[in-house]
Amino acid sequence: MTLAPDIAPASGQTATAPGKLTDLFQLGLDAPICLTWELTYACNLSCVHCLSSSGRRDPRELTTDECKAVIDTLQRMQVFYVNIGGGEPTVRPDFWELVDYATAHQVGVKFSTNGVKITADVAARLAASDYVDVQISLDGATAEVNDAVRGPGSYATALRAMQNLADAGFRGFKISVVMTRQNIPQIDEFKAIADRYGAQLRLTRLRPSGRGADVWDELHPLPAQQKQLYDWLVSRGEQVLTGDSFFHLSAFGSALPGLNLCGAGRVVCLIDPVGDVYACPFAIHENFLAGNVRDAGGFETVWKTSELFQDLRKPDTGGACRSCGFYDSCRGGCMAAKFFTGLPMDGPDPECVQGYGEQALAAVGATPAVAVPRPSVDHSHRTSPRPGPVPVTIAPRRPPSHDCDESPLAGFAAQ
Amino acid sequence: MRPEPFGALLYHFGTRRLSFLKNQRVLAVVRSLSDHPSARAACHAAGVTEAELPAYERALAALADSTMISERTRHDSRS
Repeated sequence: MTLAPDIAPASGQTATAPGKLTDLFQLGLDAPICLTWELTYACNLSCVHCLSSSGRRDPRELTTDECKAVIDTLQRMQVFYVNIGGGEPTVRPDFWELVDYATAHQVGVKFSTNGVKITADVAARLAASDYVDVQISLDGATAEVNDAVRGPGSYATALRAMQNLADAGFRGFKISVVMTRQNIPQIDEFKAIADRYGAQLRLTRLRPSGRGADVWDELHPLPAQQKQLYDWLVSRGEQVLTGDSFFHLSAFGSALPGLNLCGAGRVVCLIDPVGDVYACPFAIHENFLAGNVRDAGGFETVWKTSELFQDLRKPDTGGACRSCGFYDSCRGGCMAAKFFTGLPMDGPDPECVQGYGEQALAAVGATPAVAVPRPSVDHSHRTSPRPGPVPVTIAPRRPPSHDCDESPLAGFAAQ
Repeated sequence: MRPEPFGALLYHFGTRRLSFLKNQRVLAVVRSLSDHPSARAACHAAGVTEAELPAYERALAALADSTMISERTRHDSRS
């Protein structure tokens, strides 16, 4: 799972033009800066908060040739890099072929993985490339906290992958953490893990998207934790990446590093495994579906002409948030978070730090007639692996009725 | 470097940093740097006035700090 660009702006900003960059970006770019591309819905894990409800492969997933055609388009549009995710992208048999194809065509790759395929050999190969970055998902600084969300054994898998990358000399790979009520108290331990492996920490926001909708109530940070997280992020500055995902926290005070803007359909978007183009990785729902890369004109036409994206690029009015003094900082927060908690698009974020979100959620709860939207696409495993051994009983051995009788019914009397 | 209506976006694959050129003139300056003996000459050729020069100097210095642009080595000098 992957998200918005890790933008470290400022370096080339000049004071020579009027207007803030966010205002310019609000109106959309000729091509995305980066985009999230989920290559498959197949996954070896069943994380409880999976934003794409992944598990089983979809038979309609893009073929190798179709993926290469998408990469050709991205090269032509000068998309700087793609965040490849899934599902678990590395389980696609053509995964490395596609990574090589992308980097050979000036499209940088950052991919997210749970680490299952990051063997010592793979790590050595990754360490040799300047154009590939790796992001290992870890949602707990201890196996206990991590595995409760990502499944048994997933902590050990992630740490083995990190060790392999560190041993291969891969400096600065990313450790990607979705911040939850359970792991925010471990925030310094995550930093220690990152330091131990020579990695960089990337913290992102839990969204009520995909299966995340089912666990959001139990997992999303408490108000006091939001402040703790904000203060921590401010003190770390640009050392810690966030994929710009905490801009709703900017209403606590000064803005966090990054663009602090919802980039959906403006500077980022999502291509899902079957080629559907959504406004953002957290909005896999037909309301945010802009088109498909298999349509005439391909991805470029979807990006440039889809009605949905045109609409998202219109200036924000602010809606119910317009009268709030913090609107310029948080810009109303995350579209997907509002949508999947049943809140109106032009109102506060459910985790609004000024408390308006809680009031709005209470209003939704008090009106049972208002149905909270569900994700449109679900590839979850139909069964979950049972934790621990499967209980079976083996009947005591019965000796054969006579030496060469192999009939399964031998010895049973007819009723 | 990717042109945009407001100027250009620059992405550095080594540092994975994104930078912005906020207008067309600074884009023209950056593009023509290698054709001029100095950054000042590139600015003059692009029509930057003396009064505007400090702002462009700051912008180019920021780009140099982030290794988005670098001093040419004698080897690839075109002059």
